[in-house]
Amino acid sequence: MSESLLTVNGLKTYFYTASGVSRAVDGVSFTLEAGEVMGIVGESGSGKSVTSNSIIRLLPPAGKIVAGEVKFEGRDILAMSKKELQEFRGSDIATIFQDPMTSLDPVFKIGKQMVEMICAHQKISKEDAKKLAISALERVGIPEPAKRMESYPYELSGGMCQRVIIAMAVCCKPKFILADEPTTALDVTVQAQVLDLLKDLQREMNTSILLITHNLGVVWEMCDKVMVMYAGNTVESADTKELYANPLHPYTWGLLDSIPKLSDENKSELQTIPGTPPDLRLTGKCCNFYNRCPYMTEACCQSVPPLVEVEPGHFVACHRQNGVNKLVRNEARGEVSCHD
Amino acid sequence: MLKTVLKRILQCIPTLFIVMTFTFILTRMIPGNPAATILGPQASAADIAAMEVKLGLDLPKWQQYINYIVDVLQLDFGTSYMYNQPVLDLIAERIPNTLQISLVALVVALILGVGAGMFSALHQYSVLDYVLMILALVGVSIPIFWLGLMLVNVFSVELGWLPPLGRGSLENGLWDVVSHMILPCACLCTIPMATFARITRSSMLEVIHNDSIKALRARGISETSVIWKHALKNALPPIVTVLGLQIASCFTGAILTETIFSWPGMGTMIVNAITNRDYMLIQGVVLFFALVFVLVNLLVDMIYMLINPRVSYEGGDKK
Repeated sequence: MSESLLTVNGLKTYFYTASGVSRAVDGVSFTLEAGEVMGIVGESGSGKSVTSNSIIRLLPPAGKIVAGEVKFEGRDILAMSKKELQEFRGSDIATIFQDPMTSLDPVFKIGKQMVEMICAHQKISKEDAKKLAISALERVGIPEPAKRMESYPYELSGGMCQRVIIAMAVCCKPKFILADEPTTALDVTVQAQVLDLLKDLQREMNTSILLITHNLGVVWEMCDKVMVMYAGNTVESADTKELYANPLHPYTWGLLDSIPKLSDENKSELQTIPGTPPDLRLTGKCCNFYNRCPYMTEACCQSVPPLVEVEPGHFVACHRQNGVNKLVRNEARGEVSCHD
Repeated sequence: MLKTVLKRILQCIPTLFIVMTFTFILTRMIPGNPAATILGPQASAADIAAMEVKLGLDLPKWQQYINYIVDVLQLDFGTSYMYNQPVLDLIAERIPNTLQISLVALVVALILGVGAGMFSALHQYSVLDYVLMILALVGVSIPIFWLGLMLVNVFSVELGWLPPLGRGSLENGLWDVVSHMILPCACLCTIPMATFARITRSSMLEVIHNDSIKALRARGISETSVIWKHALKNALPPIVTVLGLQIASCFTGAILTETIFSWPGMGTMIVNAITNRDYMLIQGVVLFFALVFVLVNLLVDMIYMLINPRVSYEGGDKK
């Protein structure tokens, strides 16, 4: 079997703070094949962004990767030297961050920043780099690209900035795009345009995308498979269709229930997941979700549930999907309403 | 841009006018009489009165003021009572001396200060960061007269390596000039250097944690370019502000340093002018200082616009 494009195995990224060790990512594993789009979903603080920053090794000084391996086409990213890492970032793997307005250097013109990036990765003249940049801007749908090259980031709207960043990302024809909440800072209509653009580019260039989001609707639109994270760990992962059709983890149920539905004629109240995520300094002894889970049993407080493949390609980490207490979503709903 | 510059130059005129008025009032408020000072303690009342007429000091104050303003508008800054030379000539004579040490001190302070600040910011919380920042704290708080005297005591009196005062002369070789400059320059550059180090560190620290810097690294831009091109340019505005003030004070000379090392610059000249009640010289020199500060501030604002395209001073003009 040929090597996967990206393999993350048992990744643990801890933050060493004055008040203790925070287990931001605590043993995450997944693989991504060429041309595949994978989503990571979870609420704020679940470790999505730390996972993506660990892949490109751009963690703040307090964050350390303490265990695990990250391989890109068989190359060990965690063992790369600074120089190798610098060549690797931007050329093989492009990153799109959450806030487009702060992702560009405010004091340099857009064209200058694009040319600098292209020249950092390709041995071509400045003139050619400029032409390449203009055609990339054109490709992402920026009107008058040659004129926009002379603009400063503050002269563009958020959506335009995100297009510029996407243009930069695709200039060097990366095999893999890391998109860390690429649409969160944009308004809804622009979000849709940016997602469409990403999807078109992905099909055109057969790029893989790791899409980090807390929006399950975006996942449904974009992704082939999904990983749900909670408190630094994977709680469920499956193909997108499978996950929506047959979600197994109570946390996933909670996430799916908290999507507002336009078709809801009864105007029922929007569901939320009660409680807050655990303190990441105290996780790792039991199921992290037990205190918010309506289906909690004694076993949940005693050990961490392992990630088990319950159906081909469908993994879940829940004691109640394992063995005698097996939960079924529709029955479980009844169980909860009985409690009420 | 040109329009903004012209507008700003016009705005400087009232500032300079206010400075002239206040200097005039304040010099007249110092107790003492220039005529008596010039003639010495033995002079008779008649001699003093004659001198006052000669200097125009017998006229009512308001008339002296109007005469002064009218002269200045004709670019006549008057004649020093003490030196009996035009004020402009005296300034032109002293300015090179002052610039000789102050510019050298400023360049040294800028290079070492910004360098130390950059190092500290890039190695935050390292031992050397703490050492540099403690030194910078000492640097800004040390009294200059004390530092000057200590430098003289150690390097001239105890070690005998460097001359304690004077300017030296090129006839005795280049080293004579350089060796006379070392102690005054060291004394002069301490405060600016420490200020540059501290302001560079804090400004850089603010910038290098920005998302835009992280994004540059994610794009595979070399670390040298990330730090020295992108981060430094973003961190520059506060450094330029401090630099502007320091350039301006280069021209005004350092009263304490020049006095300690008997350096014949602007600082010693204004001290002498005040002790001798040399009204014309005081007025001329203070006006010159004000002009320098105003122009440097204007220059700093222009540089801001070049560094950061978001800065614009035209706001109100656009319709």
